[in-house]
Amino acid sequence: MFVEINLALVSLIAAGGGGLLSVDQGLAFWTTLTFLLLLLLLKKYAWKPILEALKQRELAIKESLEKAEKAKEEAEKILSQNQANLAKAEEEAKKIIEQSRLYAENLKQQILNESKAQAKKMIDDATSEIERKNIAALDELKNQIAQIAIDAASKIIKENLDSQKNQKLVQDYLNEISKN
Amino acid sequence: MDSLVVKKSLVDSLQASHSENDSGWILHHVMDGNYLDFSPFFKLYLPKIELLGFDISITRHVIFMWLAAILMFIVFTSVARSYKKSLIPKGSSNFWEVFILFVRDEIAKPTIGKGYEIFLPYLLTAFFFILFGNFLGLIPFSATFTSNIAVTATLATLSFIMIQFGGIKNHGFVGYFKGLVPHGVPIFLLPIMAIVEFLGLFTKPFALAIRLFANMTAGHIVIYALISLIFVMKSYLISPVSIGMALFIYSLEVLVALLQAYIFTMLSSLFIGMAVHQDH
Repeated sequence: MFVEINLALVSLIAAGGGGLLSVDQGLAFWTTLTFLLLLLLLKKYAWKPILEALKQRELAIKESLEKAEKAKEEAEKILSQNQANLAKAEEEAKKIIEQSRLYAENLKQQILNESKAQAKKMIDDATSEIERKNIAALDELKNQIAQIAIDAASKIIKENLDSQKNQKLVQDYLNEISKN
Repeated sequence: MDSLVVKKSLVDSLQASHSENDSGWILHHVMDGNYLDFSPFFKLYLPKIELLGFDISITRHVIFMWLAAILMFIVFTSVARSYKKSLIPKGSSNFWEVFILFVRDEIAKPTIGKGYEIFLPYLLTAFFFILFGNFLGLIPFSATFTSNIAVTATLATLSFIMIQFGGIKNHGFVGYFKGLVPHGVPIFLLPIMAIVEFLGLFTKPFALAIRLFANMTAGHIVIYALISLIFVMKSYLISPVSIGMALFIYSLEVLVALLQAYIFTMLSSLFIGMAVHQDH
């Protein structure tokens, strides 16, 4: 049954000269001509420029991507370099500051010592000066006291003793005291 | 003997009923004809041409083939021109680029591999020729020239030529036919394998032709058959059903139109690839 239906269908489709499965030579001829002409024309005027353009575009995209990648890498390199430079500069600055601090400390110490020494010297000088002045003043005082004593004594004794003789007497007496 | 007579009578009766019941209009619509069918309005008859005894009349399918060819030429030269202006695609170029890249990257490149560029123009032209033909066939009052066995057979023949060209170009004439038989076949199998492989050369494009023809014909026949349900049942009530189903088949046809163009190109490319790389 199946075979019979099959056979019937085939004969229906391929019936006579104008069946569905009969190859029309004229159409085949036109198809060949049309297709080949289309192939040649499109190959020249469409496929070649289109495929070329697509390839070019792909290449351009690839290139620009690579370029961008390269630029990024370079920027990163520069950034890291900058960072390294910055760190180095900071370290150097720190070192300089440390050095100057040390120098200042030394200077301070030195100045302090110097001024201390100077002050001490000044104090010493002043002390010795004061001592000297004291001695001088004491001498002066001694002289004046002696003078006053002589004046007083000479006033008291007056006539019988002239001042020159008495002064010598007192001086001798004083010398005798300081010798002792 | 008896059964043969029965068969013959069955065939006869089928053929007779085919013309009597007037369901032949389906085949009439699907098949080629020497007029453009704008029924029920009018029919435009086309000239008959004969060359050296061959009938090369301009038929319905020839007209739509030319229409597809002209459309293709206009579309793709304009795409090429838009690329000439700038490499950045604009407007419809974007749309066509998708298909071109698809044929290049998904069909030709993986199946043929190195040296696929030579076959690309053929594959692209075949793909779009079939695609345009399939879609033209979906327009009312038009005809599907890709559902004609003569057209598909011609296309398959061209594919066959491309396959052999690819094989011979890569392996030389003798090397190609020697390489048809795979290595390591036992000696006593060699004659059989040679015949099988040689027949295989022709069955591949034959299958290509039949596949495209059958797919593009079947959908249209089913649509017409569904529409004719209205007349067979002699009732308007069936029309929503048959039109709904016809619409469904029509949408399926849109898919099939794309798919068959893809399959024809894909298989052509695959066979070219097989001929180019015989070792696997």
